[in-house]
Amino acid sequence: MSVAVAERPGTAATAARFSPQWIAGRIQGAVLHIAVISLTVAWIVPTAGLLITSFRPFDKITSSGWWTALAPSYQFTLDNYSKVLSTSNLGQGFFNSFMISIPATIIPIAIAAFAAYAFAWMKFPLRDWIFLGIVGVLAIPLQLSFVPVLSFFVAHGITVGNLEPYGMQFLPVWLAHTGYGLPFSIYLLANFFRALPSELFESAEIDGASTLTVFFRIVLPLSVPALASLVIFQFLWIWNDLLVALIYVGGAREVAPLTVSLANLTNSLGQGYHLLTAAAFFSMIVPLVVFLSLQRYFVRGILAGSVKG
Amino acid sequence: MDWGTFVTHQLPIMLVVIVGVPAVLVGYIVGTELLVRRLPDALRPRVRPWIWVGPALLFVFGFLVLPAFGTFKASLENNSGQFVGLHNYQVQLSDFPSGGSWIAIRNNAYWLVLYTLFVLAFGLLLAVLFDRVKYETIVKSLIFMPMAISSVALGVIWKFMYWYQPPGVTQTGTLNAFLGLFHQDPRIWIQDPSIDNFAIIGAAVWGITGFAMVILSAALKGIPGELLEAARVDGAGEITIFRRVIFPLMMPTVVVVGTTLVIFALKAFDVVYVMTGGNFETDVLANRMYKLLFFSGNNGAAAAVAMILLAAVVPVLIFNLRQFRAVEARR
Repeated sequence: MSVAVAERPGTAATAARFSPQWIAGRIQGAVLHIAVISLTVAWIVPTAGLLITSFRPFDKITSSGWWTALAPSYQFTLDNYSKVLSTSNLGQGFFNSFMISIPATIIPIAIAAFAAYAFAWMKFPLRDWIFLGIVGVLAIPLQLSFVPVLSFFVAHGITVGNLEPYGMQFLPVWLAHTGYGLPFSIYLLANFFRALPSELFESAEIDGASTLTVFFRIVLPLSVPALASLVIFQFLWIWNDLLVALIYVGGAREVAPLTVSLANLTNSLGQGYHLLTAAAFFSMIVPLVVFLSLQRYFVRGILAGSVKG
Repeated sequence: MDWGTFVTHQLPIMLVVIVGVPAVLVGYIVGTELLVRRLPDALRPRVRPWIWVGPALLFVFGFLVLPAFGTFKASLENNSGQFVGLHNYQVQLSDFPSGGSWIAIRNNAYWLVLYTLFVLAFGLLLAVLFDRVKYETIVKSLIFMPMAISSVALGVIWKFMYWYQPPGVTQTGTLNAFLGLFHQDPRIWIQDPSIDNFAIIGAAVWGITGFAMVILSAALKGIPGELLEAARVDGAGEITIFRRVIFPLMMPTVVVVGTTLVIFALKAFDVVYVMTGGNFETDVLANRMYKLLFFSGNNGAAAAVAMILLAAVVPVLIFNLRQFRAVEARR
């Protein structure tokens, strides 16, 4: 059989130059590259169109398509950006987005790390059933919690208006994001913690290390890759979130995050597309920087969250 | 924004929050652990786990589990809290096919089928094609990039793609200009009920395909090279290899990605909210619930819509739990 295999016409690499097989291989290769590149280009066109438009003068935007700007004479301007930043509250929104995202990233991940440690390395009654419950909750739509949680907040005076004088206006949304982010964070971290070698814990125990020492000195440092992915994931999810912010923060100028401000602009500007493109791109800066610089961790987080087991 | 008040007022708050929040969290775990140490030896291992898992359970219970029951109760009541039985559901499910929530339910069904299938198909296609070129990393990041931006920005990007000018006027929207190349009349993509749902789903597919591609691509790389080599040696064509070897081996991953996408499709909100606000027959359950809650102030109806959404999710939820238990059993 091996003889027959050796005599079978080989792949493009082994075929003689300019033989029919070689040509067929070349054509196949060219088709592949054309397919890959054209699909990729098609995928970038929407974003590129927005980016280019945001730098074009108003009269050009309304009279010709963005692709005409790719040919000379080049006419680009920063007017759209300076105008939208001075007339809208995107600057405030930028600050608010940070004020919402940073605590709403730290709180759930810290609490999830505590819980994941217990799920992975402590024994307590019903542990596996509770964990199963967490996995089930992962699929529950957030919509199911809005009416009761909101009425609870209002009934107990935990509202943006009441908390603003103390600088705590974002407390409701932090708490909400903590609740909503926990199931995924616990699931991801518990899986990661469980995979740590048990000898580590045994020898630490023999050395008389306390639970705190094991957690802060062994578990957390070893879990930096998982924690980094989770931080990026949670941060981007909150930065980009619209629904939870609409429900618990609302659209008032002083508190609205970038996504809400941008969505409001979409409704109010209507035909003012030159400003909207600049605003949209402004809102994309932070996620794009995070994504481009930390893509490796982001991808790792996605993989850990979905193909585990 | 006023920079003066920013520096004097908001920046200090931000710093306090950035330092204070972690301090509270570390303080909690260190403080309670010190208390646990003072307990009698026998009691300690029984108390400690609850200290560590307690805050998480409190949050998950308080923000997800308990409210789910609260929503069920609210769905059986009118706005003044009186029990009205299934009245809210009756209203939401009346006048098939255009009354109540039916348009939203129909659209969620479109989302469920089209969004899931197209994302899986594109994700698989891109993963397989990109696997064969040397510049894989670059093209993958470009496809993946829309994952990083918000659905609001995505909505703006695609509103611009679908921009419409009446026939005869220069088309500045990319897609209508493209149609013009073939002497087709421009279409009102996102306001014409015969195509607008597909236009919106298309925009959402564009955004999420990178997610499916990355996971499927990782699964593809997990297939042993010898297996593909053996198939090639036996004379199988590339398409046969994909159908008979690659696809069956990737099936478990396709299922995992598929269930995640089904949940995304059922929860669809942002893109619809930004692009049409649910008008022109593009409403989905999540947006309908939001409108009922905030614009109509009708908690009972909103709760009923949320329960309909839950009913759609339950099969996926059960499937997930079974998958999870199967994986645990293999451990």
